[in-house]
Amino acid sequence: MEVYLDNSATTKPLMSAAQKALTMMKTEYGNPSSLHRKGFEASRELENARQIIADSLSVGSECIYFSPSGTAANNTAIFGAAQALKRKGSRIVTTAIEHPSVQMCMNYLETQGFEVVRLAPDKSGNIDVEKFRNAVNENTILVSVMAVNNEVGSILPFEKLKKIIKAAKSPALLHIDAIQAYMKLELKPEKHGIDLMSLSAHKVHALKGASALYVAKGVRIKPYILGGGQENGLFSGTQAMPNIAAFGEAVKELGNVNSRYEKVSKLNAYLKERLSQLDFVSVNSPDNALPYILNISVEGIPSQVSVNALSQKGVYLSAGSACAKGHRSEVLTAMELSPKRIDSALRISLSFENTVEEIDYFINALKETYTEIQGTGKR
Amino acid sequence: MKEIILIKNGELALKGLNRSSFESVLAKTIRRRFAQLGKVNIVCQQSTMTIDPQEADFDMDKAISVLEKVFGIAGFQRAAAVEKDMAVILDTAPKYLAEQLESISTFKVEAKRSDKKFPLKSPEISRDVGEAILNAYPDLTVDVHNPDLTVTVEIRDNYAYIRGDQIKGAGGMPVGTGGKAAILISGGIDSPVAAWMMSKRGVVLDAIHFASPPFTSPQSEQKVHDLLAQVAKYSGNIALFTVAFTDIQQKIRANCPEELFTLIMRRFMMRISNEIAKNNGCQALVTGESIGQVASQTMPALACTDAVAEMPVFRPLIAMDKEEIIRISRKIETFDISIRPYEDCCTVFTPKHPRTRPTVEMLVEAEKALDVDALVKEAVETARFEIIK
Repeated sequence: MEVYLDNSATTKPLMSAAQKALTMMKTEYGNPSSLHRKGFEASRELENARQIIADSLSVGSECIYFSPSGTAANNTAIFGAAQALKRKGSRIVTTAIEHPSVQMCMNYLETQGFEVVRLAPDKSGNIDVEKFRNAVNENTILVSVMAVNNEVGSILPFEKLKKIIKAAKSPALLHIDAIQAYMKLELKPEKHGIDLMSLSAHKVHALKGASALYVAKGVRIKPYILGGGQENGLFSGTQAMPNIAAFGEAVKELGNVNSRYEKVSKLNAYLKERLSQLDFVSVNSPDNALPYILNISVEGIPSQVSVNALSQKGVYLSAGSACAKGHRSEVLTAMELSPKRIDSALRISLSFENTVEEIDYFINALKETYTEIQGTGKR
Repeated sequence: MKEIILIKNGELALKGLNRSSFESVLAKTIRRRFAQLGKVNIVCQQSTMTIDPQEADFDMDKAISVLEKVFGIAGFQRAAAVEKDMAVILDTAPKYLAEQLESISTFKVEAKRSDKKFPLKSPEISRDVGEAILNAYPDLTVDVHNPDLTVTVEIRDNYAYIRGDQIKGAGGMPVGTGGKAAILISGGIDSPVAAWMMSKRGVVLDAIHFASPPFTSPQSEQKVHDLLAQVAKYSGNIALFTVAFTDIQQKIRANCPEELFTLIMRRFMMRISNEIAKNNGCQALVTGESIGQVASQTMPALACTDAVAEMPVFRPLIAMDKEEIIRISRKIETFDISIRPYEDCCTVFTPKHPRTRPTVEMLVEAEKALDVDALVKEAVETARFEIIK
């Protein structure tokens, strides 16, 4: 049996999405910028996908820009905003627990003279609104925050940030990295005053190689990839049509967020219930985390060893903290977990496609793993 | 125009009665490495080997990059082989060497005339070719003492050869002339360098790797494959034996004193390697150990591991600093593979305070808790075999 519990890393594409990509490759392979019929057909597919993504966020399709990856979307949002607003101020507020595609941009901007404030999470793996209120000032030009933390699943207060920016009389744009939240939480960027929001296709059962950046009406950011002017100049380069069309197809089929959310909540509850019977397992995710992500620690077994052992049994999940030799996870460290617990952390990330049987199989595999290698881990 | 490669085989030329058999090993190696490039004729004359491509679309540039990794070659040169007619030689020389002539400022011409029937004498050939080059490149000057480039014109039986600078070869001895040995390969920086060094001396390699799943990942086995594939560009195909080591490590851990863990483990590796090597006709074991680098590589520790080996254990890196080892690993392009961050079996269960001055008696006593022979036998019998190309 194969049990895939690494859906925050990537998801298995829906059959309809894969089919769509194949059709795009076999028959509608034109360049959407071409003026002939093949090109026109492709451009229709492009606009169709754009409309589907826009509908899923209840925004106009002119606000959706396709990009080659979530990383490209985050980079463009951050560099683009910093470039566009650099005359209005120099402070950027973000968190200490962002994805590397945000962190690395911030590190670079710091070398260019920007002041970057990185807010640390509390014991629950979350960041209090008050911390943002204290950090954002008149000189702040960008606030960039993830909607859901990718390691423990905590839901950050991204919906309340626009008010804080306004109250501080700051010109800041609000960028939300919603890659782990999209199609899992209902996202209403217009309602919550979000200016920029990054999404990714392969986290929502479509293919790698497509992603989208939402840019609110009236917001102008500078592109940093220059070329033929595709995607209104923001992401030059021929659109990856099979991936983009599959992205639209997957979002269309997934439809409403709520039914899947409920299903996954029940699975999550069942998983926690089964794990609570294992005295060698402790749960690291906060109670109010997104049910799609559950971070746990397995007593005495280094993360990578558990990953290898479970992988041999057909269960695929992620090490909870990057790498035993690298630096320890910011989130888990901030949550004041012991180093031992951090080094043995695992991330289970669910999909609506997972089943109770799969959870049972995983629990058994975990028990076996523990018995086989208990206490033999590195001291 | 026909192009050939002339090979100077350096050290081989000094050998006595074995020379011709060594040369034929080298020729065979070259033919095998060229298999995908096309057929070649190889002729040995005195200390020079001539490679004469037989196919029109033979890719000379690729051939050169392959030859740079063949041991037993001190240096080699590409040469134009032309009709033995002075007019043709004078016309070809500046054109054929254009690329080299354009990037220098001084040169000289050397002529060799082994065909004494050729109408011009060597100094006359040199003079005329020099003039032709100067006419084509008026900015150049002749410097017979310290030229940037020496152009050689050689009049042999069938052709006249025109050639420029010599390309440095990999040196050493042709692989296959130095016996066969088994290298213990971990995935670190040292062992691939040790493998390469032995190969340089003409030794055919088998490799033995110890894997400890789930403590080590499939990625770390892939890393060993990639390292050996890189070494194989020099050494030719390598037979790899992957030994399942988890069970033995767990038994040592459960039954033996912690501070001796690494050494007992090393002794198991030696015993298992010894058996595998013996079964496959190897005459020695090779490791990447360097004295004092870690606790298991102190002199007393090495004596303890050697005590269980029944054949010589060669350690080509024994007196090298890490810096020197890294320099070679960068040169042979194994460094970037070695530093991929996957654990190998040696870093699993490492004791906090390992013994640095162990004695064989101490280890023999500790090993009494284990059924050593049975464990070794099982490990040898279950080792997985594959060929790394």
